Formats: sequence, C-alpha cells, structure tokens
Amino acid sequence: MARMKFLCDADRCIECNACVTACKNEHEVPWGINRRRVVTINDGKPGERSISMACMHCTDAPCAAVCPVNCFYTTADAVVLHSKDLCIGCGYCFYACPFGAPQYPKVGNFGSRGKMDKCTYCAGGPEADNSAAEYAKYGSNRLAEGKLPLCAEMCSTKSLLAGDGEIIAQIYKERVTKRGYGSGAWGWQTAYRETIAS
Amino acid sequence: MATRFSLFRFAIVGAMLALFALTAVPAQAQQPSQVNPTASSVKEDQLLKALGSSGNISGRVTIPDQKAATLIQPEGRTWREFHEVTLRWIGAIAILGMLVLLTAFYLIRGMVRIEKGRSGRTIVRFTAFERSVHWMTATCFIILGLSGLNITFGRPVLLPLIGLEAFSTWSQMAKYAHNFLSFPFTIGVIMMLLMWLAWQIPDGTDVEWIKEGGGLVGDKHPHAKRFNAGQKAIYWIVVFGGGAAAVTGYLLMFPFYATDIAGMQTVQSIHGIVAVLFVAVMLAHIYIGTIGMEGAFESMGTGTVDVNWAKQHHDLWLTEQQAQTGAAPRPSAQPAE
Repeated sequence: MARMKFLCDADRCIECNACVTACKNEHEVPWGINRRRVVTINDGKPGERSISMACMHCTDAPCAAVCPVNCFYTTADAVVLHSKDLCIGCGYCFYACPFGAPQYPKVGNFGSRGKMDKCTYCAGGPEADNSAAEYAKYGSNRLAEGKLPLCAEMCSTKSLLAGDGEIIAQIYKERVTKRGYGSGAWGWQTAYRETIAS
Repeated sequence: MATRFSLFRFAIVGAMLALFALTAVPAQAQQPSQVNPTASSVKEDQLLKALGSSGNISGRVTIPDQKAATLIQPEGRTWREFHEVTLRWIGAIAILGMLVLLTAFYLIRGMVRIEKGRSGRTIVRFTAFERSVHWMTATCFIILGLSGLNITFGRPVLLPLIGLEAFSTWSQMAKYAHNFLSFPFTIGVIMMLLMWLAWQIPDGTDVEWIKEGGGLVGDKHPHAKRFNAGQKAIYWIVVFGGGAAAVTGYLLMFPFYATDIAGMQTVQSIHGIVAVLFVAVMLAHIYIGTIGMEGAFESMGTGTVDVNWAKQHHDLWLTEQQAQTGAAPRPSAQPAE
C-alpha cells in the first residue's frame, strides 16, 4: 500500500488559494472552517514563501495520541482519519497538532465546540465509502473513487503534490535538481521525521 | 598650513575613489550573469533550527481565523508529552499514593475514637446554610473530579472495559457536566471563602497543633479553635486550588479568547496538575471526615456534633460556644445518670 503524503513546493506556490477554495467546495466545509489554508511567511520581504498547509497525516500522529476518546484511526494508505461519532469536541488535538489542522464548528455561545473537522485527504470517514452519511460528516471520498485529493489536483502551479510519499519526493527531487534550488519539503520533518535532501 | 591640509584631504579622497573603483569593477562584471532566486529564501530547516525548542513558524493568512497563521508549532510535542506521560505520572503518584497512605494510616491508627464515649448531648457545629454550601461544592467537586480524571485516565483505564461507543457517550456527558458544574463549584468556593474566612487566619494554636501532630499521631490532644490547622490547610487549599482550577478552567472553556496556542497549552497543564493534586488532598479530607474519625461526619451531616467530640477536637471552640450560650463549661460532660 502507498504511504500518502502532501508536499508543498514553496518555490512554486503563488498563494492563489485555489486549493483552499477547491477543498471548501468539494467537501461543503461549513463557514468558519478551513481544512486547508495558505500561509505566507516573510510577507513582502526577501525570501517570501507561501505554503499551503493542511493536516499532514503524520506518522505517529499527535492528535491520535492525545485524543481522550481514541476517535482517530490510520487507514492502510497511512491517512489519519477520525470518527465524528466518537469525537467529543474537547479541543485537545488542536493543542497537540503541529500544523493547526483540527477545526471546530461553533455550536453554541462562547467557546463551545462541536465535533472536530479536519482534512481527510479526500478519504471520507468510517462510514461506507461515498455514502450520504459519510458525505454529510466528512465530505466526498475521492480516494475511494481512485482519485487524489482535489487541492493538489487543482493546484495551478503544481506546487502542491499529493500521492505516495516516495513518488512525490522523487518528483520534488527532480525539480530541485533541474532548477537548482528548493526550500525543502515543508512540514515533513515534523510530520514524518524525514526530509528530502535538496 | 591650510594648503597642506587640503592637499592631504585630496590624497585621501583620491585613495578612496581608487579603492571604490577597484571593488566596483568585479561587481559590475557579475551583474548580467544568472540571478539566484533562492539566495535569500528560507528553508524550513533554518527556521526550525532558529526556533530552538519553543516558538512557532508564523506568517500571514487571508482567512479570518488568525490562529491559522501559525504554520508549524513544534511545542505541540511538548504538550503531548506532558498530557500522555507527565500528567499521568503526577496524577497516578498523587492519587494512588494518597490512597496507599490513607489505607496504611487506617490500618495502623484505625478510626480516631471519641475517647470518653458519646455524651449524648450535642452542639451545633455547622448551620444548614453552611452545610448546603459544603455539599453543593462537594457534589460538584466529585463530578468534576471524575469527569476530569476521565479525560486523562479514561482512555487507558475505562475505554478498554466498555468499548469505544459507550466510552464516547459517557465522555461527552462528562464533558458537559464538567463545563456546566464548574459554575456552581466556583460559586461554592467563593461562598466558602467568605463564610469561613474569619476562622482561617493561622495563629499560635496552629503551631502547637502541628507540633503535636494534630492528635492524629500520638495520644496528645492539642488545643484547637473552631477550625484546627489541618482544617485551615484544607480551607486554603480549596480556596487557592479551587480558584486556580476555576480560572484555568474558564480559560479552557473559552478557548483562545484570552490567550494563544502556547497559552492554551500552559493553561491546560496547570489545570491538570492543580486538579490531580486537589483530588489527592480531597481524598484525605473525605477520609478524615468519614471512616477516619468517629463523630466527624455528623458535623456536616446533621450539623451537630457530640459535646465530647467537640471537647476532644475543638476544645477552645467548645468553651467559647458554651460561654456564649451560657452553659457552664464543665470539667467532663457526661450523660446524667
């Protein structure tokens, strides 16, 4: 089985936010929730880079480790998913997540949080693949249809890569070799404890 | 003089110009060649190294949720370690340690008896109002304690026994109970703070009481007013522990209203440590109020205590009460025969 990963080639990202929009549209993500966002560092200064960031589907995921009700599970493709039926909305996964991936719908006054929502790598949830129940809770399940996450598929500059870790790392390495530079695979060290030599 | 000086100045300016020309030539020659676009680009590696062990990588986002501007926050790992390992150790040592101590104490010392037996005459120790405040706070505390411990220890202890679905349902209810009961608990702590404050200032009798082991160790009966040093300690632990738990708890209930991600992690850590220590101390309080001491529970149960109990444990308070009500303090209160 593949080991699914995301890789954002920061030297290509133009902060068009198409990935953000595609994700929100594909999964009908509610207001106030962003499963993916583009962060620009050193904005307006030399060395400015934009990075599209979502759940990185970590190896030994911190969210899964701290979850008090054990609602997370890892699929055969190494995608980290969770069950909204089990989630109690405690917010602990957000404290532990290095990438700020978990999001909580506001369900009441003050800080009351609903069931956590995060990037599913377009792989749905525990319900039957592409069922109405799955769509309502987690959005579409493109992986079950043999498609890759829509954010990466939509990327206008092919900056965001999704797919088997070894394949996308290979693509990235080739790019770096050809153009002569690369600012590294953002988040890989934190998520997978590895980095791509560039 | 003036001309010689200006000549000298010309020489310096000339030398500088020559130097500038020399250095400028190679720079000019390089200009048309390839520009390196990543000369000043940032690599994640460099940022992570510059961070050290704390801090996070932040940027700018175009969505309203400014928390999303934090790209990577490696300190989540530290918090994970705390939540998974450190807090569990602190909690297990404090709570199980306290249970072991109390069991050992009970086996060695046994129940502290009313030495002279019950006199059959009672004296009011806590009014109905005081008792209702105590029990409101106590009920909240027990539910808050159990639901809180469930968050830290439920997954390894309870979840394997009852399964994912049942545990999730229970935890969801426990979370709501934890959130809502925090309000009456806080009110209870504030009311206890106000209604008993007058008797809680440490004084000389407390020093003696502590020196003599509070009558728990040994057979001495140190003097005590309405509240002895041990009870004063419990009072202040409730006020400060309960206060700290309430403040940190409300910060957690209103996430990111007053602080950022690092603040939320710190607040949760403080809340967890204070809470497990609080539970451990309260176990001792429950012990001494129930099986640990004969005649103690009724002070919070019916509100009255036996006069001989009061004489043994709170002699100065008894004398004061009897002086107030006009009852002559007798050398030994015994049932009329």
